[in-house]
Amino acid sequence: MERTAYYRNSVLPWLLLAPQLLLVLVFFYWPTSQALYWAFTLEQPWGGGNAWVGLQNFLNIFRDNAYWATVLRSGLYALVTTGLSMSVALILASFVDRSLKGTKFFQSVYVWPYAIAAPAAGVAFRFIFAPESGLVGSLNEIWPGLWNPAINGGQALLMVMVCHAWLGIGYNFIFFLAALQMIPRSINEAGAMDGARPLRRIFDLQLPLIAPTAFFLLIMNIISSFTDSFGLIDTMTEGGPYGQTEVMVYKIYFDGFKTLDYSGAAAQSIVLMFIVIGLTFIQFKWVERRVHYH
Amino acid sequence: MIERSPFFNFVTYLAMAIGAFLVVIPFWITLVAGSQSLQEVSRVPINLWPSSHLWENLQVAWARADLGPKMINSFIVAIGVTVGKIVLASLSAFAIVFFNFRGRMISFWAIFITLMLPLEVRIVPTYAIAANALLPFQAILDVTGISWAVNALSGVQVSLNWNLLNSYTGLILPLVATATGTFLYRQFFMTIPDELVEASKMDGAKPLEFFVDVLIPLSRTNMLALATIMFVSSWNQYLWPLLVTTDRANFGTVVMQLKALIPAQNGTPDWNVTMAGALIIMLPPLLVVAFMQRWFVRGLISRDK
Repeated sequence: MERTAYYRNSVLPWLLLAPQLLLVLVFFYWPTSQALYWAFTLEQPWGGGNAWVGLQNFLNIFRDNAYWATVLRSGLYALVTTGLSMSVALILASFVDRSLKGTKFFQSVYVWPYAIAAPAAGVAFRFIFAPESGLVGSLNEIWPGLWNPAINGGQALLMVMVCHAWLGIGYNFIFFLAALQMIPRSINEAGAMDGARPLRRIFDLQLPLIAPTAFFLLIMNIISSFTDSFGLIDTMTEGGPYGQTEVMVYKIYFDGFKTLDYSGAAAQSIVLMFIVIGLTFIQFKWVERRVHYH
Repeated sequence: MIERSPFFNFVTYLAMAIGAFLVVIPFWITLVAGSQSLQEVSRVPINLWPSSHLWENLQVAWARADLGPKMINSFIVAIGVTVGKIVLASLSAFAIVFFNFRGRMISFWAIFITLMLPLEVRIVPTYAIAANALLPFQAILDVTGISWAVNALSGVQVSLNWNLLNSYTGLILPLVATATGTFLYRQFFMTIPDELVEASKMDGAKPLEFFVDVLIPLSRTNMLALATIMFVSSWNQYLWPLLVTTDRANFGTVVMQLKALIPAQNGTPDWNVTMAGALIIMLPPLLVVAFMQRWFVRGLISRDK
């Protein structure tokens, strides 16, 4: 709908926008341009500003096997957390959508994980998975040394991914349920009249109809796995053991603030930025293809 | 429910119960462990039933992580960010939707595109900004030669400096710009019929009067929805406070304190205290989500419509 009634004033709108535009400039665009600048320059060891080094910083990270290991690990992390979290949420949403008596209670419980700060969940899951504690650690009673994420990188990564997936259940559930509830009842009823059983209707009617939401969530989950993993990894493993839970965002933080390699961290930031921008673009492209029932 | 199918109903309840179990078990374990004594929490396998030490554990955690002042900081930051976001988002959206001026779309996109620049990808340079928020303006003055001119004419060295580290401003301001909030408000304002604007103009109301007297009351639901998600997300901020506060004692937030509560590698494994602390820190946003669920879900969903 295009609006026809406008206020005409050439100063006031700028005054209204000024605070936000200033913040955006100072805290978003300027740092982004700085990141670009650092990515293509190198601080001189003897001082005197940064020297232009072209693509050298990027070549350095791309030639570094440790960097590729973090990229692959981030990919695996994205795949597992997204897959796990979305499937659990979708299953729960499909059942809740049947609106049996008492469903409201379950519905509100499923949203809870969204409220939890990643580091808080990280601490709780760290205890659950601690080798010395009596939960998952009980495995060691049966088979000593079986479970120890403090020295086993695979187990540590698994632990972080499970926690990340758990955190995402609430968000995914809300969107899946909303999408399912937007499907007109008549479509489901028509399916039932044609003799489609509930499971059949889920697979042949509902899932195709909520595909756009699923796609939206897919992108949001992947982006979140790239960015929100920081709080979890920092509280659960700090990238350890031996860097085996280090994902891209953690490596940026580590290289930037612990080893003070600004240029290397900036180059990595640019790579991550391109991934996020690419994913967001795909999502915008897709938004137009949403299913609408009007 | 469309057809009667006792068997499928049973499956539904079973699945929902398993789901609830999966979702609740971490909360339950946090609560249970937080209520046990050191001996009980160290038992293998652990007894998954609450014990009687919750209150003392809460007190120990509260003191150990200095949660009193940190709670106040967290509330200041979360409320500051939430209010800031709502004010800025509504003002920007008002300008973008109800005014016809050059630069309307560019302003909108300039705000909207920041969605693609999450903090995590620009941490290092944003930190530099926090150390001096006027850096971009200094750079503009330097590049345009203004600082040189001022120096040549008056002998004054222009050096703009505004350090945001270890201040509430530094904790709040960089988080206040909001693409999603602006977008949400814009979507809502676009549903306001033209007639309302015309009527208000006819009554001789100035734009700002229209904003305050008509739009604000109409957008109350939206505001509530936005406020709940903004509060939760700003309470849960971790990375930014970590970077901008070197003076943890005075400006730390509760979420930053979680790490300090984790038992040391070779120290006493008093996870009961850790879990009691985690419980306190989880509670405020959990309460918001549990009690404001209707608003909260609406805010979350509508921002992508």
